[in-house]
Amino acid sequence: MRHKKAEVFLIATAVMATLLCLCLLHGRVQENLRADELAKRSRMVEELMLTDLALFMEARYTRHLSLADRHSAFQDHPMSLEHFPAGSLAGPPPHLTGVER
Amino acid sequence: MFTGHRERNILEFTLSSLLRRRGKHLALVVIYTALVFLLASVMFFAGSIREEASIVLRSSPEIILQKMIAGRQDLVPMRYAEVAEKIRGVQRVSPRLWGYYYSPATKSNYTLMVPDNFSYGDGHIVIGNGIARVMSAAKGDRISLLSPEGDPLTFIIAEVMDSRSELISSDLMLVSEGDFRELFDMPEGYVTDLALSVKNEKELSTIARKLSELLPGTRPVLRDEILRTYDAVFNWRAGLMITLLGASVFAFAIFAWDRASGLSAEERREIGILKAVGWETSDIILMKFWEGAVISLSSFLMGMVFAYLHVYFTSGALFWPVLKGWSVLYPEFRLLPHVDLYSIFTLFFLTVVPYTLITIIPSWRTATMDPDEVMRA
Repeated sequence: MRHKKAEVFLIATAVMATLLCLCLLHGRVQENLRADELAKRSRMVEELMLTDLALFMEARYTRHLSLADRHSAFQDHPMSLEHFPAGSLAGPPPHLTGVER
Repeated sequence: MFTGHRERNILEFTLSSLLRRRGKHLALVVIYTALVFLLASVMFFAGSIREEASIVLRSSPEIILQKMIAGRQDLVPMRYAEVAEKIRGVQRVSPRLWGYYYSPATKSNYTLMVPDNFSYGDGHIVIGNGIARVMSAAKGDRISLLSPEGDPLTFIIAEVMDSRSELISSDLMLVSEGDFRELFDMPEGYVTDLALSVKNEKELSTIARKLSELLPGTRPVLRDEILRTYDAVFNWRAGLMITLLGASVFAFAIFAWDRASGLSAEERREIGILKAVGWETSDIILMKFWEGAVISLSSFLMGMVFAYLHVYFTSGALFWPVLKGWSVLYPEFRLLPHVDLYSIFTLFFLTVVPYTLITIIPSWRTATMDPDEVMRA
């Protein structure tokens, strides 16, 4: 008895598993190829004394998340609550919410 | 595993059975693949950002000293630098001049900074690639920024920063100290904050404590805290992760519950017939195992491959609307692949294994019953 469907399934699974392995391999190769790029960014951070990634740029306390303080989310007065969408994605840094020095 | 003829026969039968109800099972594979895709995309995206932040921000200043007045950050007098410099273990104190500039024309916020050695001099500016894109500006062009009094200050663009550094420099503008002070009307002798260089990392917390004692009203932010910030934001418990993962895990739970809660009448009848024609309980369990494995393994592999392509070849295009929020200026960056095998195995054991087991349990219950009873039920 020929197992046509089983063979097709096993071949398809092997192809998909190979594709996944190729993706992982691509990741490793890229990590090595782009090491210089990463080193350049590290140098830039050192030279300009940068502290944050430019990821959430709509509010000052999300642009420089690590330098935010407990009050920055209140904007202009105590009832003027934080309203930027990034505020709900990027929570306050742990040194503000955890045990402070 | 596939050496046995019995296994192959059962797999063949399982696939034929799945294909008989192809509409239902195809829909199942699509939903399952979408779930794995979303979970894996979040995992790849967060992992890469965390890795990038942990490597790049390791070069940040060891301590940033801010002055706080009434809960808000205030300008630091330069005499604070002299006090900090005298603390044992502090190697160097560098004043930092930086601030935000809102451009009404492009409706975006820029970060203006004064680098240590700005070689281009007054009247020149270096801009991030994101700003160049939003303003459609290039090297040699002139741009004007408004002072608090509304007076325009014109700058010649001396350089546009490398597009490959957008993740840290997209909204940066570098100017000379003189221009910065003139633009923001900032008094001489004051800076935004101080960056402290410390030789021995073990002394950081002691130096931070001394700073707080000698300069009350100041707040030292340690490099370790900067690094922990990004680790926390892109941790699975944080806002972004919990929003995306919570919805996905909840959807998966409903989906799995539906499978676990029982078999359809048609499936029960099929099991009854198979038992009646002589199938063993173990054959039926093996068939159901294959049914679960075929669906979950295919969905897992497809979801993972699609997620990888999504995050590293389109830079996570589906996440952009979420990450952009209200910001006009957004960096265009290619994430550096960071694939963690541990996370892949975790995802595998959280999706494929429970689904396969869930498929077996109700079938096992039915398969142990009398065939006559199963078919009549």
